[in-house]
Amino acid sequence: MAADRYQAMFSRLAEEQRGAFVPFVMLGDPDKATSIEIISALVDGGADALELGFPFSDPIADGPVIQKAGIRALANKIHQQDCFEILSEIRRRHPQTPIGLLLYSNLVFHTGLDAFYAKAAQAGVDSVLLADVPLREAEIFQQTAQAHNIHHILIAPPNADDEALKQIASQSSGYIYLLGRAGVTGTETAANAPVKAMVDKLSVYKGAPSVIGFGISNPAQVKAAIGDGAAGAIAGSATVKIIEQHLHDVPAMLSALKAFVAEMKSAT
Amino acid sequence: MNSLPSKFGPFGGMYVPELLIPALDQLEQEFIKAQNDADFQQEFMDLLKNYAGRPTALTKTRNIVSNPLVTLYLKREDLLHGGAHKTNQVLGQALLTKRMGKTEVIAETGAGQHGTATALACALLGLKARIYMGAKDVERQAPNVFRMRLMGAEVIPVDSGSGTLKDAVNEALRDWSANYEKAHYLLGTAAGPHPFPTIVREFHRMIGEETKAQILAAEGRLPDEVIACVGGGSNAIGMFADFIDDKDVGLVGVEPAGKGIHTHEHGAAIAKGTMGILHGAYTYIMQDEDGQIEESYSVSAGLDYPAVGPEHAFLHYTGRARYESATDDEALAAFQLLAQKEGIIPALESSHALAYALKAAEQATKPTLMVVNLSGRGDKDIAHVQQFLKGAL
Repeated sequence: MAADRYQAMFSRLAEEQRGAFVPFVMLGDPDKATSIEIISALVDGGADALELGFPFSDPIADGPVIQKAGIRALANKIHQQDCFEILSEIRRRHPQTPIGLLLYSNLVFHTGLDAFYAKAAQAGVDSVLLADVPLREAEIFQQTAQAHNIHHILIAPPNADDEALKQIASQSSGYIYLLGRAGVTGTETAANAPVKAMVDKLSVYKGAPSVIGFGISNPAQVKAAIGDGAAGAIAGSATVKIIEQHLHDVPAMLSALKAFVAEMKSAT
Repeated sequence: MNSLPSKFGPFGGMYVPELLIPALDQLEQEFIKAQNDADFQQEFMDLLKNYAGRPTALTKTRNIVSNPLVTLYLKREDLLHGGAHKTNQVLGQALLTKRMGKTEVIAETGAGQHGTATALACALLGLKARIYMGAKDVERQAPNVFRMRLMGAEVIPVDSGSGTLKDAVNEALRDWSANYEKAHYLLGTAAGPHPFPTIVREFHRMIGEETKAQILAAEGRLPDEVIACVGGGSNAIGMFADFIDDKDVGLVGVEPAGKGIHTHEHGAAIAKGTMGILHGAYTYIMQDEDGQIEESYSVSAGLDYPAVGPEHAFLHYTGRARYESATDDEALAAFQLLAQKEGIIPALESSHALAYALKAAEQATKPTLMVVNLSGRGDKDIAHVQQFLKGAL
């Protein structure tokens, strides 16, 4: 990172006195070409940053909507190489937008840690969050990420004790992923974490800005979370659901995505 | 941080969402306390003896081995209440559930043996059980589904992915991550994140301990080899645990070779897999060139799993245990032979261990004392095997 895109984003938003809106979609869903257009539409709609998933056969932290997105991508023969190619194209089109990956550890292990982070850096990725790597197993991933100038994002769950929050705050780089609630990704259950109390604690420990995700699907939630001190909000399943609903009409899909992002962004 | 070692060499660990760490830590602490609590141990022992029927017999085979140099014993976990070794550790974990003040149990099951054991323990101890089972397995294991429901468990078919055991584990983990406050995830094999592989081993280690005492009483010496089938590896680790320090005792795990380990249809994660992370542990797994988990295959649903418990990965890695494999056909032949020669119908899972033992017995050129862990009985497999053999009997 010549310049840190997350820092630049958070400074800009601080000046604007607004929070970030970060949509999540699955790379390669439903296919490579459409995926590139989808992600561009998110940025055009006003996304401050992007969270992008790699499809994986066994996504234990994901609910049905994101599981299906992964299945669609895998069914269309999306390989890791395709994901990196999509990322490179997105980076070319949107040089300033922070890009975070959210994926499962076996994909990184299988490629080899050094090779994976090198490819990610090459494709212009700013951060990596591994859904199944808790702080306790994070060290080797953190070190490799750092060696490639990539932020290693940690999750702060609502059930973490103070000691765990302190560790997470001190070690999550770029931003902290504040878990909106227990469970897996999905819009079935709304976020209910005590955002204000958690943000206060994390800021006492001088952590990176907190961005809330899990169970975020409407502008009112975004507004409330930012009111409680979160630096931004991530919506995954709600975004992916729009893709799922418009699989047979890509132009309608893209305009619905833009409208959704604009609406969520307006609540920041 | 962990109080017990969370890894076996490089294998194992806790590759789960941060959200599940407090629940796994709570489980580890409660397990340590329970292991040092005389009242807990007494209740566990009492259930094992008076409810489940331990100790199980060690039976010397009379007819099945033709090589006069070989003596083959069977550890009769098939005689345990519930029909397989699974009941041992389920009782232990069900007691832990109560100790933690939790009222619900989540479990996954492949063949339905772990689900059955979970259902019976929950019925006995007043816990509410919900059991995830691949939709395909629900179809091919109908009698066990009925058994579980009869004992009051809710059986939830899982359609996602391949609709088998691996997907049932995914769904159980998802459920647990929403409900860990009131529910315990009663994992059924010696796999998954720490502390499960350790807890499952410790709650099954009486298999090997009893075997050791029984074989010493019967033969005056330790066996040359103890042999057990390996899917996730719970019966094998229970058999091996007490023999690991007896360096002269060979430990042999037998993986399912399905239609042959040269094909894509098998479940031999150690023989043909590579290292990676599945269901919370770093171990040998079956995966494609992109790191996507592959579907395993075996005639026996209980061995149909594309990974292996991390301690087996370690025992293989260090060379302390040896891992062989047996095909569907070899297992089916052993299944029939044990019925014909000894009047015992083994589970298809256990038939894999027996198939290897019979092959090794034929080839033995010096006096050899072998024990096969007959991990379960074959009643559940009768209809399935009948289909395979139609016309042959």
